[in-house]
Amino acid sequence: MRPTRRAVLRAMAAGTAAALLRPLSALALPAPITRPIPSSGERLPVVGLGTWITFNVGDDPELGDECAAVIRAFFREGGRMIDSSPMYGSSQAVVGYGLRKLGSPPSLFSADKVWISSGSRGPDQIEESRGHWGVSRFDLLQVHNLLAWEEHLSTLFAMKAGGRVRYVGITTSEGRRHREVEEIMRTHPIDFVQVSYNVLDREVEGRILPLAQERGIAVIVNRPFREGALIRQVERHPLPSFASEIAAANWAQFLLKFIVSHPAVTCAIPATSRVAHVIENMGAAAGLLPDAALRRRMAAHVERL
Amino acid sequence: MPEWWTYTLSDFLLFSPRTYYRLIQRHNEAVWPAHLVTLILGLVIAASLARPSAQRGRVVSGILALIWIWVAWAFVWRRYATINWAAGYLAWLLGLEALLLAWIGVIRGRLAFGWTPDATGFLGIGLIGLSVLVYPMLAPLLGRGWHQAEVFGIAPDPTAIATVGLMFLVGGRARSALLAAPALWCLAGGLTLWAMHSPEAWLLLGTALSVPVGIGAKRRPTQGARGRPAP
Repeated sequence: MRPTRRAVLRAMAAGTAAALLRPLSALALPAPITRPIPSSGERLPVVGLGTWITFNVGDDPELGDECAAVIRAFFREGGRMIDSSPMYGSSQAVVGYGLRKLGSPPSLFSADKVWISSGSRGPDQIEESRGHWGVSRFDLLQVHNLLAWEEHLSTLFAMKAGGRVRYVGITTSEGRRHREVEEIMRTHPIDFVQVSYNVLDREVEGRILPLAQERGIAVIVNRPFREGALIRQVERHPLPSFASEIAAANWAQFLLKFIVSHPAVTCAIPATSRVAHVIENMGAAAGLLPDAALRRRMAAHVERL
Repeated sequence: MPEWWTYTLSDFLLFSPRTYYRLIQRHNEAVWPAHLVTLILGLVIAASLARPSAQRGRVVSGILALIWIWVAWAFVWRRYATINWAAGYLAWLLGLEALLLAWIGVIRGRLAFGWTPDATGFLGIGLIGLSVLVYPMLAPLLGRGWHQAEVFGIAPDPTAIATVGLMFLVGGRARSALLAAPALWCLAGGLTLWAMHSPEAWLLLGTALSVPVGIGAKRRPTQGARGRPAP
């Protein structure tokens, strides 16, 4: 169907208004690189925000404000996906605090998890998590580390059918239970799978990432820096000269660009409690991404360090 | 836990060192001047050890029970549990320790504290000294400042070390039951600090490891303590 002239004019007016309403600082920023969620086509920036350890600050007002500043910078840089879990202590409540301070940004893509050994108590935990975040519904709910996954997936699929969550996924980390992950990817209509992947831990390249592409499953990557250890390891060395070919200005961007340039990866979720770092991380979603040849060179270079 | 061999200590660490030590700092600021009260209670315990008697055994047990109830509620339950969901269970464990101290030491009067010049006695006094004199100095010595100092009766780590030391000054089987909770706390706390790369981890883990040594060592009868022998 061709758009009518009125519709085109309305869209142009809406676009102009949206541009005027955006802060000037945002106008200067290029839009981040995005990838589609295969099951819907909805696009997500390739860098998100994790909250493991970094956002678990309890009721400390000073640290809570620092986390809120990280969230503010994350959205200012064009970020959308924030990922948390009931396992992460106070992280969910701290995310909620940061979101309330920002006036609940409409671009938020809320990703949380269910993590409880009793399947029947999953809905109560999800409701509690939703209360911490202060969202009307989660965009994505994942079964954390496959804990009681059969019962929880059944709950999550029912929630999705009822419009109470938009996407369903599963998570693992550090290469654990990959055979079960593959089995679930083959046999259940999940939208997302979350795995650990970085320039040195590339086991998922063998089976899980190709399977995700084949089955149309979005991939979230956790532990992109091995909880900071990888950054500390490589930071002792200068960036290789070829980093400039992909506009990687620092090691964080170098490592993230490696991850998100894999065609199966939808989004990486580095965690940080520092505004400078979230800006660095979001910089990986700008500029160029390495091709297959350069990716091989990047991996070989880091392995030699 | 599937594939348990793939887990490392850091996989169980839920918070950053900065968050943890700020938690201690905020607790110190919130409960000050309770530190002076626990200092006085500590001096009462020291005085009771110098001149042991059955009545003084009840006093020491009662003070320790009160201190554990306070630490379990004020720090572990109200503060630590905000960043560590497992802390709620540990608070109950420490509460149980307080109940045991009250039952065995105060009501039944079965704890006769007193120093004897043997290996267990030296170990006990050494741990009490470590807890009361050395532990509070660690934060400033390690560059974290006095506000983050961990003090006996306020923070659980030095309180657990002192309790283990005090139980080494008690004879009988009851001390094994009373050593369980502080030893477990030292083990869990030591592993947490180890994952945080904090040097204090050695002190807590060393205290936990000393427990089987202290229990196994044969202890001389306490001079001057006229309380009933422990069961």
